[in-house]
Amino acid sequence: MAKHEYSYYPGCSSQKGASSSNLEKSVETLCEELDIKLNPIPDWNCCGASIGYAGGGELPRMTLSARNLALSEKHHPDQDVVATCAACWLNTREVQERLNHNPTLKAETNIALQSVKLEYKGNKKVRHMVEVLIEDIGYDVLGSKVKKPLEGLKIAGYVGCQTNRPFGIDGESFENPMYLDKMVETLGAEALTKYDKKVACCSGALMFSEPEKGQALVKDIIESAYDSGANMIVTPCPLCQANVEIYQDDINARYKTKFDMPVMYYSQLMDVAFGRSALDAALNGNIIQSKRLREIADK
Amino acid sequence: MTTAVNQAMVEKYKGNFLKEVTDNVEEGSWVKMCMQCGVCSGSCPLGPHWDHPPQELFMMIRANKREEVLSSTSMWMCTSCYNCVARCPRGLPITHIMHGLAHYSKRMGMKPKHQPTEQFGQMFWDNLTKKGRVNELKLGLGLYFKDGFAEGVKVSMGKQKLGLNMMKAKRMSPMEMLGGHGVKDLSGFHAMLKKAEELEAARVGENTDAK
Repeated sequence: MAKHEYSYYPGCSSQKGASSSNLEKSVETLCEELDIKLNPIPDWNCCGASIGYAGGGELPRMTLSARNLALSEKHHPDQDVVATCAACWLNTREVQERLNHNPTLKAETNIALQSVKLEYKGNKKVRHMVEVLIEDIGYDVLGSKVKKPLEGLKIAGYVGCQTNRPFGIDGESFENPMYLDKMVETLGAEALTKYDKKVACCSGALMFSEPEKGQALVKDIIESAYDSGANMIVTPCPLCQANVEIYQDDINARYKTKFDMPVMYYSQLMDVAFGRSALDAALNGNIIQSKRLREIADK
Repeated sequence: MTTAVNQAMVEKYKGNFLKEVTDNVEEGSWVKMCMQCGVCSGSCPLGPHWDHPPQELFMMIRANKREEVLSSTSMWMCTSCYNCVARCPRGLPITHIMHGLAHYSKRMGMKPKHQPTEQFGQMFWDNLTKKGRVNELKLGLGLYFKDGFAEGVKVSMGKQKLGLNMMKAKRMSPMEMLGGHGVKDLSGFHAMLKKAEELEAARVGENTDAK
């Protein structure tokens, strides 16, 4: 039996062939290393993300996360819910708080849930994978697992929005959270703590509907990383990762820049530092490769 | 086109849009707490693009500018970054109020025309509710083709390299066209959402009953 077990909410973008399947793969590897077992919530559904409000009213959106929570309560009663995606985590945690503070909404949600023969109680702890690493595993254990320190990497830690606000990680500030920098340093890389776009917005779902406005925000996020001397951006958020990585060609065309900045997940860095292969760290899931990280992985 | 429920709301709340928002908009009861400091507007990543930034919307609600508020493109500029929520000295859940106002404007049939985030948001909701999970490929293609076939082909050609990059990285799969991911208990899932929609419509509807 694994040392740590959780009720896992993977989310749509982590599925096979979806936009953050590399996050999923790298977290799987990380969990092998740290003796963590993630039990997927059976038959989970989408959380509605941040843009669902256009079509979904308050109650239908709440019901989405309530179904996932009720399934977790039923199948994994003694395990905390853990999500790797910022929006999945935020929505699930937020819905639980709001339902537990509003008896009318909670009662109506439970009427809707009768259609799927479930009942929502609201007694789960909803956590982000980063919280598991910091609080249940700890920096010391993470540091002790390092076999290949990530020397030569200068990393801009891009925390983004939804892993940071409105909940954030316990003990961290909204304006300048330090945990990502601490993780980076634990792995033997250099954390660029003065990176000033650490908690800036990547435009989220508006990258799709308002590409000009979105790309203007991402341009600043990448430019600031170059200005800080970074050779890599690292982030915990799947939408931040995608928005900052995959439109660099478009941004270069629009702004006459020459951006070629790798954007990795914290989990990929950990996998490599813990001695796992490029394949296990899902480095091939990135469009812009970091030569230095690959060299360390292949060493 | 405005809806029947819109007409009923206008009649019921005549001259008191703040009360209408308090009663019917998600987290709308917080609007009266705004003290007009403007920190929300200054904290918004898309701040310069709002016709009326949040604090201005809140004042307009109090001033009964019903039509101007509900037909505004402003709330559709929200990226859900929660910066305003984190910084608001009065603790207003501004992000949720913006989502709530945007949804309510649709319910009243007063949404702005051709607003891209409104259109994309509706596509996203339809996509996720169809099978219970988002189909990213169909969502992306739907977005490219939203302005007709010819425009869609043009946009898709422009996005060809991005698509190939994503497929090469195994982060986009053509297999998603054939069904794709979804929940197993789909009929239960649909019944659950239908029930939730009915309950919510009934709650808003009750507020339009002449008393």
